[in-house]
Amino acid sequence: MTTEDAVTAESTTADLFVSSVRARRIVRAERFANATELVGVWLLALLWIAPLAYVFWAAFRRTEVALTFQPFTGWTFDNIITVWSMAPFGRFYYNTVVLVVGLSAGQIILGCLAAYAFTRYRFPLHNIMFTLVLLQLMIFPEVLLGENFRLVARLGLADTLRGIGLPYLASAFFIFLLRQTFKSVPIELVEAAEVEGAGRLEILWKVYIPIARPTLIAFGLVSISFHWNNFLWPLVITQSVEARPITVGIYRFLSPEIGINFTALTAGTVITVLPLLALFIVAQRAFIQNFLRAGIK
Amino acid sequence: MKTSFEPAAADPAEGVTRGVTPGGDPLARRSFLAPLRRIPNGVFAWALILPAMVILLGFSVVPMITTVWASLQEPGIGTSIGPANYERMVNDPVFLQSLRNNLLFSLVTVPVSLAIAMLMAVLVDREIRARGFLRMALFTPAMLPVIAAAAIFLAFYQPNFGLINVIAQSIGVPRQNWLGNPDTVLPSLMVVMIWKEAGFFMLFYLAGLQTISPELNEASTLEGTGRWTHFRRVTFPLLMPTTLFTSIVGVANSFKQVDFIFVMTQGGPNNASNLLLYNIYLQAFPNRNPDYAAAMTVVLVSILVALAVIQIRMFDRRIHYR
Repeated sequence: MTTEDAVTAESTTADLFVSSVRARRIVRAERFANATELVGVWLLALLWIAPLAYVFWAAFRRTEVALTFQPFTGWTFDNIITVWSMAPFGRFYYNTVVLVVGLSAGQIILGCLAAYAFTRYRFPLHNIMFTLVLLQLMIFPEVLLGENFRLVARLGLADTLRGIGLPYLASAFFIFLLRQTFKSVPIELVEAAEVEGAGRLEILWKVYIPIARPTLIAFGLVSISFHWNNFLWPLVITQSVEARPITVGIYRFLSPEIGINFTALTAGTVITVLPLLALFIVAQRAFIQNFLRAGIK
Repeated sequence: MKTSFEPAAADPAEGVTRGVTPGGDPLARRSFLAPLRRIPNGVFAWALILPAMVILLGFSVVPMITTVWASLQEPGIGTSIGPANYERMVNDPVFLQSLRNNLLFSLVTVPVSLAIAMLMAVLVDREIRARGFLRMALFTPAMLPVIAAAAIFLAFYQPNFGLINVIAQSIGVPRQNWLGNPDTVLPSLMVVMIWKEAGFFMLFYLAGLQTISPELNEASTLEGTGRWTHFRRVTFPLLMPTTLFTSIVGVANSFKQVDFIFVMTQGGPNNASNLLLYNIYLQAFPNRNPDYAAAMTVVLVSILVALAVIQIRMFDRRIHYR
């Protein structure tokens, strides 16, 4: 053993001692920080979910006990039944579901085609067209509601489901997002498919779309939620009960024009959100995972 | 003619080396899509973008142009063109107030919801018990219909039985008519917006956190760097691209989202909660004043387009530096 080695060994022991003291201090600080964070995150989560939980509680309580805390008596379905019988909610639900399914499918199909063209090909006016897509990230149809109303009315689609959906059939956000995903597709995969004789659409279907699946799922769910909740444009473009989606249909029961009836208000809220909420609770894990994997940054 | 059969125009040499001819390719002959292969790439690409572009142009660029045209119509009978609607606008106290309200609304709700969202994301990013539940609890308000969220808070803000007054009283704050008082109505709406938006932005921050290398975390732990220092020096700067993106989306949303006004306040009292798009709706539909509404829409669109330009610049820079 040389002296150099001995010195190294000695200093290592000293280091170990120092670092063990420090390590213990770090562990203690770490534990304290962990506890604080845990308390903080639970408080935040409870605060965020409490309003909704409270509505679900109140919607199933008799009016006279709705504002008290007596968990063993006073449960009822009457609020839901009363509000349900006051308007054709079956029709509203049907309209919303048709609208949401149609729009999500349409946006995904048109978006895949457009994003594929923007990613793989240079074509005349490529950059101008893509700049227009980027500009439309900001301009939603409801921002131009006066002129879009005139346009849709001139097409003879006022007060129809198609009239509600048509302006949203293509999503600039989705095209932009999907183009970012498509860009990450390895060129080797595309070339391999070409060697095997795959056509251009076949390459989109067999190479690009499987890789973009997380983006498609995440966007699909965001789109469902957006159109289930959309209110202003459907309010403007529809007049009759037959064409109204749930948000516009329920609006009458939620606005205070008819006087505040607390239980009717909460029951109406439950009717509006329940199907969407059920979908998200079922798809929650898949949604968050796909959202994180889709790399929407 | 041979180039038109190439699948990708980017590399013309490639097709030559493979020597693909449409007739000689067995797979091409079998596919029912085979005739499509004769279409040149440029035409093919245009066919792909056409349906989406028709919708996007038809319902945003075309109406944008007709909005400008409508806003220039002089009131009264005839077809004269002039700035009358704009002159009316700059002297309209209701319009000015809705613009001021909207700027204040954006200025408060966007930074606050982004800060809360970032905090949420950092807290639920680590492996903790019930992480799935916590994430869901934080995210759920974001996917509720805005009008349902508004209805929930309408009940909470009620002057008589509302939960917020009950809590306020128990901590010694006097009861208030939160939505009936011009001083408290806008802050009350801001609370709803922040509650709605924070969980949505949390998802973007969670996605951003996935891109931060775990080694940075380990390095900080080894160095004994405190949590706060680590957040300030490492996490926060690395989340900057996400923050830029979410702040643009947030500002745009704060100008586009007016649904809760319909349920909670109808813009009152005294226009204290009137926002730009709600005012446009009032002028265009109940007041039957579409040309004046168009002039205000031009202002709104200008704000949003300015934001879009900032966003494009931002993405350009990110692509250049990569």
